[in-house]
Amino acid sequence: MMKKNKILKKAGILIVVAIALCIFPFVASTYLVDVAFFFGIYALLGLSLNIVLGEVGLFDLGHAAFYAVGAYTTAILNTRLGIPIFVLLPVSGLTAAGFAWLVCSPVIHLRGDYLCIVTIGLGEIVRIALLNDPGGLTGGPNGVFGIDRPTLGGPLVIDTSIGFYFLIWIVVGLSIFGLVRLQNSRIGRAWNCIREDEVAAEATGINVRSLKLLCFILGAGLAGLAGNIYASKMMCVSPESFTFMDSCMYFCIVLLGGMGSIPGAVIGAAAIGLFPEIFRSLAKYRMLFFGAAMVAMMYFRPAGLWPRKRGGSGVK
Amino acid sequence: MLTFVQQLINGLTIGSFYALIALGYSLVYGVMKLINFAHGDLFTLGCYIGYTLLVWVSAFLTSLFGIWGCLAVGMIVSAIGVGGAGILMERVAYRPIYPAGRLPAVVSALGVSIFLENFIMVVWGPRYLAYRSSFIPTAYWQIGSFRITILQVVILVLSFLLMGLLYYIIEKTTFGAAIRASSFDRDTAALMGIDINKIIFFIFSVGPALGGATGVMVGMYYRQISFTMGWVYGLRAFTATIIGGIGNIPGAMIGGIILGILEMLGAGYISAAWKDVFVFIVLILVLIFRPTGLIGEKKAEKV
Repeated sequence: MMKKNKILKKAGILIVVAIALCIFPFVASTYLVDVAFFFGIYALLGLSLNIVLGEVGLFDLGHAAFYAVGAYTTAILNTRLGIPIFVLLPVSGLTAAGFAWLVCSPVIHLRGDYLCIVTIGLGEIVRIALLNDPGGLTGGPNGVFGIDRPTLGGPLVIDTSIGFYFLIWIVVGLSIFGLVRLQNSRIGRAWNCIREDEVAAEATGINVRSLKLLCFILGAGLAGLAGNIYASKMMCVSPESFTFMDSCMYFCIVLLGGMGSIPGAVIGAAAIGLFPEIFRSLAKYRMLFFGAAMVAMMYFRPAGLWPRKRGGSGVK
Repeated sequence: MLTFVQQLINGLTIGSFYALIALGYSLVYGVMKLINFAHGDLFTLGCYIGYTLLVWVSAFLTSLFGIWGCLAVGMIVSAIGVGGAGILMERVAYRPIYPAGRLPAVVSALGVSIFLENFIMVVWGPRYLAYRSSFIPTAYWQIGSFRITILQVVILVLSFLLMGLLYYIIEKTTFGAAIRASSFDRDTAALMGIDINKIIFFIFSVGPALGGATGVMVGMYYRQISFTMGWVYGLRAFTATIIGGIGNIPGAMIGGIILGILEMLGAGYISAAWKDVFVFIVLILVLIFRPTGLIGEKKAEKV
């Protein structure tokens, strides 16, 4: 009986949150709706990195590369070939995932900090490649502009802040649903097992290599989706949105929220994405406080804002 | 051949910068197992302290010690200042967080890095600053058809002296043995009577101090400094650390020099715009074939 009550309570909270999210854009100013959109993008990126960093414990400080691949896939295919944005949504995800498979396969055996520097390297290679405009495709430092808005067929075009707000949060919602299911699946448990002890995981028959690769592929795919939506919202993409600093921010989203915690990734995205907006009045001191706040956060809540509860096993 | 020798000299100079910064990463990583992401920004702080001294009080200093003395004072003050900042950083941002584990410490390090970068921006302003050229010796030797500046020679000699000194301390003295012991196993080392706090003090003062001194050298060599340069140098130096094998002092030196030479050869023979890509591809290739760097970590993975 207790369990049923708990589920009902959870469902109740979810419905209230969903209704609040639906009403929000109609009562808030356009500025706030835009802030909420970017919060959604950060949340999606946080969720995608959470798979790699949170679930499997692999240090990925080059996640912006996958985001960039998704955004540029959309930008280039849309402006060159005129393929609609919604068709490109899965294409961008798959391209980013394929890219992750291609570049991570040879280095997936590296441990800890060595993998970390390789992902940093990949991030930088992608950024510099975009800057150098290979084959005239990426437009160099200016990037690609003139990207279409997403159309739902006919006159239904998403071109307002409210439209994009719903687009990103529907994608975030679906991702959260999928990720929660994944977390409790055989794959999710195997991932956590690898994070806790790789050698023990291998000894129990978990295929460590392919599961590690899978987490990169899935994480990159989600980041690619975020890239697609970002590109169509901004209508232009340029390499400066995909720097090492950005990768660090996604890294902090996951750790501020709590490793492997799905609500944590969303909360972390709020902390990282909204902080600079809320404290705009501090002007040039803003990032100074941001840095200090990160240190303070780790002092007061080292496990993150919403740490993952370990169901049943009693392992801490 | 001409380009090769010239780029080799330039690469060696830049490589010694990377090596000196990389030592800071490696010292801290060895004992704390923490990537000190703020190290690049400590290096920038060194650039700016040196800049302030050389621009504001250089007339006074030059009248006392001459041009070389003035530069030396700049480097020493910068090293002391940055060393102090390193200790302060460890006390404020790392020590309280370290018991919580490695990952919170990484976020804290990133936080310190953002803080320092913006601190420098607030204090010195966001614009590029330039070291005054009248205080930088510009003489050079023309050997055959390539040239080597006196500044390059001084930088090379000085860096190798500093690296040699550090190598001597780490490998040959009792205190160095204590550092190596603590990087092998901190808890056991503490049980054997090694004062870990003393060692932490040493690594967080000497590592950043080397970075601070390097900052002044980089300022003299390139003249132009900006508050964001810490990311670039930090990233390169960290790459150098990994190429050599992280936590390994000779590895960091060798890694730095290899990286500098590769970068310059890449810039000379391939393309300046793609040189970083070249460097990272070499890094990835090194790691594919030697997963723990060229020299490698000395200990086996414990199960």
